[in-house]
Amino acid sequence: MTETTLRLMTGGEAVVEAMRQIDPDVVPVYPITPQTPIIQGFAKFVADGKAQAELVNVESEHSAMSAAVGSALAGARTMTATSSQGLALMAEVVYIAASMRAPIVMAVGNRALSGPINIHCDHSDSMLIRDSGVAQLFAENAQEAYDLTVMAPRLAEHPDVLLPVLVCQDGFTITHSAEPVAMLDDEDVSSFVGDYSLPHRVLDTAHPTTQGPFAMPDYYFELRRQQAAALETALDAFTGIATEYEELSGRPYGPLEAYRLEDAERVIVALGSSAGTVKDVVDDLRDEGDPVGLLRIVSFRPFPAREAAALLEDADTVIVLDRADSPGGAAPLRAEVAAALYGSAARLDGHVYGLGGRDLHPEDVREIFSGCAPPYVGLRGVACPA
Amino acid sequence: MSRLKTLVRNEAGVPPLGGGHALCQGCGVPVVVRTVLNTFTQPVVVVNATGCLEVATTRFPATAWNVPWLHVAFENAAAVGSGVESAQRALRRRHAMSADDEVAVVVFAGDGGTYDIGLQALSGALERGHKLLFVCYDNEAYMNTGIQRSGATPFGAATTTSPSGDVSFGKAQQRKDMTAIAVAHHVPYAAQATASHWHDLSVKVEHAAAAEGPAFLNVLTDCPVGWGHEPRLSLRLLNAAVDSLFWPLYEVVDGRYRVTYQPDKVVPIEDWLRPQKRFAHLLRPENANLVAEIQAKVDADWEDLLRRCQGGDLP
Repeated sequence: MTETTLRLMTGGEAVVEAMRQIDPDVVPVYPITPQTPIIQGFAKFVADGKAQAELVNVESEHSAMSAAVGSALAGARTMTATSSQGLALMAEVVYIAASMRAPIVMAVGNRALSGPINIHCDHSDSMLIRDSGVAQLFAENAQEAYDLTVMAPRLAEHPDVLLPVLVCQDGFTITHSAEPVAMLDDEDVSSFVGDYSLPHRVLDTAHPTTQGPFAMPDYYFELRRQQAAALETALDAFTGIATEYEELSGRPYGPLEAYRLEDAERVIVALGSSAGTVKDVVDDLRDEGDPVGLLRIVSFRPFPAREAAALLEDADTVIVLDRADSPGGAAPLRAEVAAALYGSAARLDGHVYGLGGRDLHPEDVREIFSGCAPPYVGLRGVACPA
Repeated sequence: MSRLKTLVRNEAGVPPLGGGHALCQGCGVPVVVRTVLNTFTQPVVVVNATGCLEVATTRFPATAWNVPWLHVAFENAAAVGSGVESAQRALRRRHAMSADDEVAVVVFAGDGGTYDIGLQALSGALERGHKLLFVCYDNEAYMNTGIQRSGATPFGAATTTSPSGDVSFGKAQQRKDMTAIAVAHHVPYAAQATASHWHDLSVKVEHAAAAEGPAFLNVLTDCPVGWGHEPRLSLRLLNAAVDSLFWPLYEVVDGRYRVTYQPDKVVPIEDWLRPQKRFAHLLRPENANLVAEIQAKVDADWEDLLRRCQGGDLP
């Protein structure tokens, strides 16, 4: 374990520092709030000669992901960033990036999807590309945004994985909030991440490959299955990479985090920064003698269903908090947990909260644990002005 | 070595685009692709937009390509090419590739993937100055999906979404001047060419490859199915497009226009229209005014082009 320095920085700045240390080859950039500090900060590092990347100022997020696919498959380590409508616009290419097994790392500052247009956090953007085949890791705070970003190239480029990895952090709550962050030394990150080496580089003209061909019913199914299997493999790969990272940083990571689950009767399952609020309330309730706990999902894709089910085995009530809705159906995290728990005796409850950046307060979490919270937490029971 | 010998030699070795693909008999696209790629003396990477060329040459697990080939989607070929070119620059700067290993990035897209859905990505790539050659094989409609109207479809042409009928004469609008749009990006090289004039096309590819920055080639390419002509007439028909001045051959080097082929004898527009079913309705007596209108537009565009060549004021 190396000496680390603590610096006050926002989640966005932490990711920029991680990017500088990773020193990717190509970074296509297009602005959108709240990820903009990431591309601006990185552009400044490039301008000052502290990062060597080719910065490609594309004309849309669709082109950002398209250029990223081209550069990653050509043989260059490639990173980019987006949020909300940007992720929606690039969604077509996100699916293709996964199918072409392009190991792109992308920072996501999670933000509500329009409409109405809004710039604040929820997870509807990530959920829109839930089934794209990319890995999605959710940070709880700026430290995790940094750590997951450093680990992300290893996961994306793992020979059994070769898929885009998205490091998601809550817009504003993490991207713009300053916290003390422990960084690794530049050399440690550099050697942890290693060199980019991709089998079948497009630029290898001595060994020409045809990439992105047309597949009909006789092969499409098999190719899709291979791609899905690679994402399933990413769960074990991430666990291995996180173990190695812990040796370097002293900070443990995994696809999920069990917080005070021992003998917990009621357990909240959540993603992202709200887990911090839930942890505080869990501590308070535990002090009051109430056996509650939190299961935080770090890796939403691939989803650690078996591990989650094992950790929730003894809970009486499982309460899933979704920061995205699925109108006309089950909210995404709730559906995931329900599938994982199918056949279990636990009672399953769920709430949608925080859409468009509405805060989740400790008292809300208490109410949720008490079983008295409404399905939509924090929703005002008044009609909006006409 | 003569240009013809070079092209033949490159085709006779391991041709960049092999046979056995599923492009139609009489289709001009493979003629364009082979002429373009065989002109290059350095290694190439091909980026292909979704369309006939992509579908007909890469049905998994077979491929007709002997050069690296990359396809991502319909509208983004120029952005994908930007990524490949940027990767190359990054690798060169890190000394992971030597300057001698320069790989040319050649993008092929149809008119849909250029004039319409691909325009934004193309505009961005041209503005950013990536060193790549973007080749539009312009067959004047969405042929792959069944001959729908595009921004390249000429006035009066019948397509499946602009059919002629009792109250319609086909497409009622003029096509975009895509080559001028490319020129407006201040690119070092842009040109119009066609499959029938292979020497002219090959010279333009050479000029494009030598340009310091993005180059754009707009290549009129026949489609026997969509145009409704006999496959054996394809190159003769393209000759008529050039000789009628419907598709003048010219290049624009650093903003300076130059006509590269002046027909000995300009033929009437009917010579271009008549062999094609998509224009058949125009040749009915009651539509003589439309043919006259097309002829007048072609004449005016030619005058305009000549003025540009003289550096004269634009209208």
